[in-house]
Amino acid sequence: MALLSFERKYRVRGGTLIGGDMFDFWVGPFYVGFFGVTTIFFSVLGTALIFYGAALQGTFNPWTINIAPPDLKYGLALAPLKEGGLWQVITICAIGAFASWALRQAEISRKLGMGLHIPFAFSFAILAYVTLVVIRPLLMGAWGHGFPYGIFSHLDWVSNVGYQYLHFHYNPAHMIAVSFFFANAFALALHGSLVLSAVNPEKGKPVRTPEHEDTFFRDFIGYSVGTLGIHRLGLFLALSAAFWSAVCIVISGPFWTRGWPEWWNWWLDLPVWG
Amino acid sequence: MRRSDTRIAILTLSGFIAIVFFGWVVGPRTPVEVDQVGYRGVAMEQLAFADDKAALLAANVAPEPVYDRDTEDTTKASEIYENVQVLGDLSDANFTRLMAQITEWVSPEQGCAYCHNDDGNFASDDNYAKIVSRRMIQMTQHINSQWQDHVGAVGVTCYTCHRGNPVPENIWFTDLSTTRTGPALGWRDGQNAPGIGSMSLPTDPLTRFLLEDHPIRVQTNRALPDGVNTQTIKSTEWTYSLMNHMSESLGVNCTFCHNSRDFAVWAESPPQRAVAWHGIRLSRDLNRQFLEPLQPVYPAHRLGAEGDAPKASCATCHNGLNKPLMGVSMLETFPELQAPGAN
Repeated sequence: MALLSFERKYRVRGGTLIGGDMFDFWVGPFYVGFFGVTTIFFSVLGTALIFYGAALQGTFNPWTINIAPPDLKYGLALAPLKEGGLWQVITICAIGAFASWALRQAEISRKLGMGLHIPFAFSFAILAYVTLVVIRPLLMGAWGHGFPYGIFSHLDWVSNVGYQYLHFHYNPAHMIAVSFFFANAFALALHGSLVLSAVNPEKGKPVRTPEHEDTFFRDFIGYSVGTLGIHRLGLFLALSAAFWSAVCIVISGPFWTRGWPEWWNWWLDLPVWG
Repeated sequence: MRRSDTRIAILTLSGFIAIVFFGWVVGPRTPVEVDQVGYRGVAMEQLAFADDKAALLAANVAPEPVYDRDTEDTTKASEIYENVQVLGDLSDANFTRLMAQITEWVSPEQGCAYCHNDDGNFASDDNYAKIVSRRMIQMTQHINSQWQDHVGAVGVTCYTCHRGNPVPENIWFTDLSTTRTGPALGWRDGQNAPGIGSMSLPTDPLTRFLLEDHPIRVQTNRALPDGVNTQTIKSTEWTYSLMNHMSESLGVNCTFCHNSRDFAVWAESPPQRAVAWHGIRLSRDLNRQFLEPLQPVYPAHRLGAEGDAPKASCATCHNGLNKPLMGVSMLETFPELQAPGAN
């Protein structure tokens, strides 16, 4: 319990978003808070509904459980529970749980007097999900455009949505998102290996400092982004990846219905070619 | 560069990108219309903007016949006119009616003289267009009687392809432009130019598959290479190019005929895939039996860059719709086009 007693001085009351002392306590290592309770409520209810859906489907094989959205004919209305209504309720639970999780992060950050960078970053993941199951279906006029909840089934959905636009790799926002994902992995690999190399010097030598890290990159490529800068860069790359992922799917359908390769005809049509 | 300069530069650049992107994205669009093909959540769907779809449908309306069909005249056309080789069993009235209708369908501006010599001798075969159109009537009868696996009972008429043009808009010629090498660099191996579907896939899949007879289903159905399937990546690209031609021609995406989780398996494919399979064979049959053999008949200006005859692909009949002319049959009013010798 040494660690916990050390942490005790950080366990201060207040900083909650809804005011008052409701649920302002810890259970073991975990801060609860109002949004901890709502997280548990939504995630337990949503998971139970997924099991109910699996029972209706007749399989508990985790690969093939499939909670499918309603048929397009239901539009933006509620669908019968066994014909996509379950998907609609589970979607509400998922958004409730994800948003609660972000707000719990915000409360903990406030208690500690920190910035809100963590919930801000996590909300990009929520944005990507909400884009897929709320914003795009709203723009296209039917909840049936959301993706099904299931390991195999959501992959089939991704594949078929890609082929609705003949060749999804020509989607310009998809290109940007993929580039950010790769750049993100690249930056994390550079950062992780640099830090580990600094703290693992030759046997018997003291751990190297950030000045060594900066010097390595200055020798190597003439520039070091710095100890704080690398984390700004990392956050920017990661958030951009999530953001452009959301963009690449929301433009597919609501704003472009043909093959993505054809979109690039603007390039062939530039007047500079004569 | 000072720190604030860098910030201003980054902000300006990202602001510019954001404005360009979202200006394009939120530009005014009509609602998107979506037809669900498969089970809910599988995302087998056909999409189009409402205005695009309305314009496409408006351009694909089957015309009403110009004259009503005659049921009383018993004089056969072959008894009155000379050199009636294909439509001789028709009554004089219905023969004349069909001729007038073909003029409306095929050469409304050029009139009878597009095929018939304007010296008044309608029996003469001097005009190449008359020889071609006779063969085209036989081809129409052949399609309607032999290829019901593809055209069903709806069938085709001259108008399906011609749409008021003596030469249908969507014909094709063999294209060898990307197979010739430049003086030093520039060898494109028949691809790498924006062609079918605006992709850099092989440029001319039509010669390979709709005239020649190369295997199309080249996908390996085993998990690991075992030497049994010797097809190359290039041959899959040929196939992909043909598939994109079909997609373009019918105004549909891949999920109209395939569940992309397994393109090859028939059991998970919509029934339209089987119709399309027959369509490929139909097109090949027409190009080999009817269209390419007419090559010596055409004047030079009707031939392609390689000196080949104009040919038919999926687009020739479909003109952007998965059911040409929205599936409206004109055969009921023109039963003479149903089969050779029909009247």
